[in-house]
Amino acid sequence: MSRLTARPVGEDALLVEVASGAQARALHAELLRRRAEGSLTVREIVPAARTVLLDGLADPAGLASELASCEAPATAPSAGEPVELPVRYDGPDLADVAAHWGVPVSEAVRIHANTEFTVAFCGFAPGFGYLTGLPARYGVPRRATPRTAVPAGAVALAGPYTGVYPRSSPGGWQLIGTTDAVLWDHARVPAALLSPGTRVRFTPLGDV
Amino acid sequence: MTDRALAVVRAGALTTVQDRGRPGYAHLGVPRSGALDPRAAALVNRLAGNPADAAVLETTVNGCALRPRSTVTVAVGGAPCPVTVAGRPAAWGAPVTVSAGELLEVGTAVAGLRAYVAVSGGIAVEPVLGSRSRDLLSGLGPAPLTDGAVLPLGAPAGPPARVDAVPQPRPPAELVLRVTTGPRDDWFTADALRTLTTRTYRVSPASNRIGLRTEGPALERARDGELHSEGMVLGAVQVPPDGRPVVFLADHPTTGGYPVVAVVRAADLPAAAQAVPGTPVRFVAVRRR
Repeated sequence: MSRLTARPVGEDALLVEVASGAQARALHAELLRRRAEGSLTVREIVPAARTVLLDGLADPAGLASELASCEAPATAPSAGEPVELPVRYDGPDLADVAAHWGVPVSEAVRIHANTEFTVAFCGFAPGFGYLTGLPARYGVPRRATPRTAVPAGAVALAGPYTGVYPRSSPGGWQLIGTTDAVLWDHARVPAALLSPGTRVRFTPLGDV
Repeated sequence: MTDRALAVVRAGALTTVQDRGRPGYAHLGVPRSGALDPRAAALVNRLAGNPADAAVLETTVNGCALRPRSTVTVAVGGAPCPVTVAGRPAAWGAPVTVSAGELLEVGTAVAGLRAYVAVSGGIAVEPVLGSRSRDLLSGLGPAPLTDGAVLPLGAPAGPPARVDAVPQPRPPAELVLRVTTGPRDDWFTADALRTLTTRTYRVSPASNRIGLRTEGPALERARDGELHSEGMVLGAVQVPPDGRPVVFLADHPTTGGYPVVAVVRAADLPAAAQAVPGTPVRFVAVRRR
């Protein structure tokens, strides 16, 4: 079994390391539970690929020694119904991605649309989720030359992740499709359509 | 009839609305943002009779010029600079009355980078996720000021402070940043860690609200490969592939994939906000308290 290790970060933060993305999600869920019940006081809980950052802790040293005696939680509780994102699989890099996977384009679409994803963590821009769920063999490299402008709603792949650009920005991910879903609207509650732990399905629109 | 508003006559190089930022949303990829020199922002608010979390203006290098539509109390602090009201010299670092229609000029900083302008009642633009701060990384909050813009003001909360002037720290001739090592110091050679804490760096002109970039000796990694993206904190000393440390300031990204060799103490970051390009920077290793 793997024990948790917590690296001190500055004066009042800890970076807790785990062995896998699934463990990071489970630890994140457990820390949220503790904060909700009042046994953990912390300003930010930021999950990432293999870590959870706890920032703004009153007693980081005490928590670090407590965590050192804990097992990493194995699985996160199920996080409700999946969010469905309607997608036109019309991205300019779809053929490249299919070639990288060694399948026809129609099969690449089928693989992506039949996968249930989970938001592992957010970053890069407000509302941008790093979605995991594709088997490791479908990882793709970033584009050699990033685009100066990727449109809002672009569905894209890089490494093990799928992401949806919440707004137009530069980006180096492989674009496979487009959604009209609004990923981020700061006037909406909640502002982010996707947050860590959210399950996601992409539903194909039109001819595929 | 009062018209609680402020007309922007000269926006300056980069003037943004700032308050104490929007902490608590890092897990959604939202930077904390907020005034880069929070001590100066709190002080000018106190001088103008505002609560500490009222929104102020943060200028960059060459100040700004403003015309209130009703009589207000203002206070200018942070980077020292000339202040005039209707063409007459006025106090810096003290409450100043600007009558309706008079022009307040905040001049070019004589030292430091960022002046803070508090106006009685505070800048009352619509908050986004609980804050009026402009976040330049993700574009949340009110757009940077432009010539001709009009900003709403809130109702004054209390009388201005009854002081003539208060001491404020001078912008640093040398920026000394106390750091605790980690969390990824093990990604660097022992030589690199010695280099970081013994050699002198300089503030790079490429610095901004996202990070204080440095010029100086590159830090050599002890290992190849890529770090998985992980959560980032204010004051993180991140080392990109060119080896030059970057100190994360208020608009820093919430996650990042370059290793963080050390973290600057929060108390030393206001001085980093005022360090002009070329200022010598020393990182001093301290023990965790």
